[in-house]
Amino acid sequence: MNWLKQLFSRRRLYRELSEEIQAHLDEKTEELVAGGMSREQARHAARREFGNVGLAEENARGVWRWPTIEDFLLDVRYGLRTLRHNPVFAVVGLLTIAIGIGANAAVFSVVNSVLLKPLNYPKAEELVALHQIAPGAEGLADFENGLLLSPSMYFTYAEQNRTFQSLGVWVTGTANVTGLAEPEQVRAVDVSDGVLQALGTPPEVGRWFSAADQVPGGPETAILSYGYWQRRFGGDRSVIGRNILVDSHPREIVGVMPKGFQFVDADFDLVRPLAFNRGKLNLAGFGFHGIARLKPGATIAEADADMTRMLPIWMDSWSNGPGQNSHIYEQWKITPMIRPLKQEVIGNVGELLWVVMGTIGLVMLVACANVANLMLVRVEARQQELAVRAALGAAWTRIVRGLLAESVILGLMGGVSGVGLAYAGVRFLVAAGPANLPRLNEISIDARTLGFTLVLSLLSGLLFGLLPALKYAGPRTCATLRSAGRTISASRERHRARNLLVVGQVAMALVLLVSAGLMIRTFAALRTVEPGFMDAQHLQLMRISIPDSLIQEPERVTRTQNAILDKLAAIPGVKSAAFVSEMPMEGFDSAWDEIYAEDKVYADNTIPPLRLYKYVSPGLFQTAGTRLVAGREMTWSEIYGRQPVVMVSENLARELWGTPSMTIGKHLREFRNLPWNEVIGVVQDVHEIGVQDQVPEIVYWPPLLQSPFVPVVRTVTFVIRSQRAGTESFLSEVRAAVWSVNANLPLASVRTMQEVYGKSLARTSFTLVMLGIAGAMALTLGIIGIYGVISYSVSQRQREIGIRLALGAQGGDVLQMILRQGAKLALLGVAIGICAAFGLTRLMRNLLFGVSAYDPMTFAAVAVLLVLVALLACFIPARRAMLVDPIVALRYE
Amino acid sequence: MKNPIPHDLFPGALEMMILRVLKRQPMHGYALVQHLKRTSQDLLAIEEGSLYPALQRLLQEEFVKAEWGVSATNRRVRNYKLTAAGAKHLECEISNFERMLEGITRVLAPEES
Repeated sequence: MNWLKQLFSRRRLYRELSEEIQAHLDEKTEELVAGGMSREQARHAARREFGNVGLAEENARGVWRWPTIEDFLLDVRYGLRTLRHNPVFAVVGLLTIAIGIGANAAVFSVVNSVLLKPLNYPKAEELVALHQIAPGAEGLADFENGLLLSPSMYFTYAEQNRTFQSLGVWVTGTANVTGLAEPEQVRAVDVSDGVLQALGTPPEVGRWFSAADQVPGGPETAILSYGYWQRRFGGDRSVIGRNILVDSHPREIVGVMPKGFQFVDADFDLVRPLAFNRGKLNLAGFGFHGIARLKPGATIAEADADMTRMLPIWMDSWSNGPGQNSHIYEQWKITPMIRPLKQEVIGNVGELLWVVMGTIGLVMLVACANVANLMLVRVEARQQELAVRAALGAAWTRIVRGLLAESVILGLMGGVSGVGLAYAGVRFLVAAGPANLPRLNEISIDARTLGFTLVLSLLSGLLFGLLPALKYAGPRTCATLRSAGRTISASRERHRARNLLVVGQVAMALVLLVSAGLMIRTFAALRTVEPGFMDAQHLQLMRISIPDSLIQEPERVTRTQNAILDKLAAIPGVKSAAFVSEMPMEGFDSAWDEIYAEDKVYADNTIPPLRLYKYVSPGLFQTAGTRLVAGREMTWSEIYGRQPVVMVSENLARELWGTPSMTIGKHLREFRNLPWNEVIGVVQDVHEIGVQDQVPEIVYWPPLLQSPFVPVVRTVTFVIRSQRAGTESFLSEVRAAVWSVNANLPLASVRTMQEVYGKSLARTSFTLVMLGIAGAMALTLGIIGIYGVISYSVSQRQREIGIRLALGAQGGDVLQMILRQGAKLALLGVAIGICAAFGLTRLMRNLLFGVSAYDPMTFAAVAVLLVLVALLACFIPARRAMLVDPIVALRYE
Repeated sequence: MKNPIPHDLFPGALEMMILRVLKRQPMHGYALVQHLKRTSQDLLAIEEGSLYPALQRLLQEEFVKAEWGVSATNRRVRNYKLTAAGAKHLECEISNFERMLEGITRVLAPEES
């Protein structure tokens, strides 16, 4: 406790010490006076004998201090004081740093939450997605989803594997829940045995599915998500054991999953057991996502090999029916490509986030350069003070520390305000972020983000403090003291550091603006792509599903859908209405299957290319604005008459029969033994998956079929063209119209086509917005930088300019001289920036569309813009220079 | 730069001498300096000011105690007094010093060939 006592009694100690020393001097003086000296002489002599009173006292006090900490505190106090005395500098610097750090912290929190943090499952690093590709399966091979698993594959993999702890398959879908309040369509996940076990997250209440739940004909059960449990049951724990009506079937609730639990990347309300009927499975049915947990120590390569080993077993154990060659899939060259589950969740967003992080980092550098420039000016103004301190014996390390303390304090204060900004920024990012940004709900500012912010603040503080500190605190006192006289103009030497910073700023601003420019060009290019529908904001979409428990018979399903269409068309302001199995870019799992075309020869034992299957009502293409290239749409009488009609996309028509018009009247069929269907129409290609993605070949079937597999399409998207789309009054009329046909039908995914389209552009627009913000910030900071440097140099050169004017220089000459100085800096920065941009834009190649990473237009436009703006920034100080009054400038000479 | 010791004294020498003087009798700062100067016959260049950091160090280590009192010349002064710990420390220092001195002397002594 001694040190504590010392701390508190220190003031007394110091006072006594001063008193004691004074007494010492007095006594000495008295003695000398007594010895015959005059009082004045005696006092001087006493002091001389004593030595440096201040130093002795300082050293004596020093005994009681903790030197490192207290020197540090002293530096801090000094830093705070100098900042307080220069409020304008402090505020400008602080704002710059705070915005820079805030933006960085916000983006880092996204990068951290999305890319760096492990998934929200126990031992998430063991989880893998059973991704597989089938390069031999034409049509499918071009699209990135790969080949999903079939139920028979699942059984083979689950039972024969040597590398997995548990393994299962799952699929997302929708279900209608009735009997609670209004009928509601909920997001459902159907899982096989092994999925919940692999994910390993224990339920909040109740239990997982048991093996008995996975037996067909066994108990029908369901598990709720936390959100749905809260929303519909108010978090009532006694819900376990109760029944809910799912698609008109009672299901017993056996568990509730905890808050924040997600199915890989899917939000859900309800989980159901898949309960495959083993006896009825064949090889095909590739519609399920595979998920597994590796055995401890097993690698992905081993698991890939394990799956490769099991593929022949799968083909031996199952068939596609009697007489079918079960090794037909060898032709598909199915190859396991197991990926960490995290990669599956993150998808292609990683690259995008790193690009954004990089650009924001560049902005931070520009901000630091600006503050460093401000610091340089300030230190320059204080040169004499520093020189005097050095001359009086202050160690230069001590002076450097003082300067650094100031900048580090500025950095830390910027960091603290930056965190505040980051909270707002994260809100903005989450709101503006691409809707398909994975793990959106996990984004938060956590300890790691705060740590990052702290380190960033310290580093930036050191960065912009070190330059002026090294430049001016070094041991060059004499030169400084001499040149600080008024008669000498600023030397070139003194401006070099500041000029370099400005050149760097311009270069970085150019890189950022070029990236933003490339994104603008990309966006523009995407907007010119014909997506395959028109006037999207006036297309109202909604999804309705008619489960077989509600309406069993296929034709009645279609008639109900038809009746809904009639009611919808009768709503005032509706031009037309139609339905389709899914609209482009809606993102529902789509169906792919093979077709056989008339006049084509198909070798035995081969599977023809897979095509996208869609089911359309009459009038769909006219309603959506999809151009009919040849032929006509279907009619209701053809549909109810089970007429074998079909439509195809233009690219499929060209591939099969050369031209669209040649295609009309040709035939195709789903399987060899099924009847032929006549092609009655060809429509333009549609960007089904996304504007940037390839256009698939599509077959459009009627909604009511003779096919034994899909007799009728039960879940469809209704498409309504109306000027009133999206308005609340319109939607309530739409609801009323649907419920007047059948009150048990819930409406889901109610939105306009514009929203769907916007979401598919979200990745690009998000990047565009982020790069735009970064570019604008860099441009502003760069301009401020140039303005600051030129304006300061003008103020330093006042006398020189005065002399020039006095000697007969014209105002225009001076203006030109200053502008030339600014232009030189800007041009140098632009040149360096162009070189850097050539290297860096390559990194964002995958984000671009329809524009080269070296697009000369963008480069040229940005360069010209930057130089012009820089000249504008120089013009203000240059004009001031022109108006210098030689008399005033030279008065003090 | 901190705690400067006159360059002809080694670190701790001043403290040792102060303790030795105080062992004889308590004294205040000024008297202590005069005493040191007198007894060393000004052989040692002791800057008067340097006494005070040394005294503070000894105070902090609790080798001396300080008490305000009145001097012979009727001034308010702070008298320093050796503590038991200080006495022990002094003995230790002196024996160390003597060993060091002996070592130095042996080295400096003319070689006996």
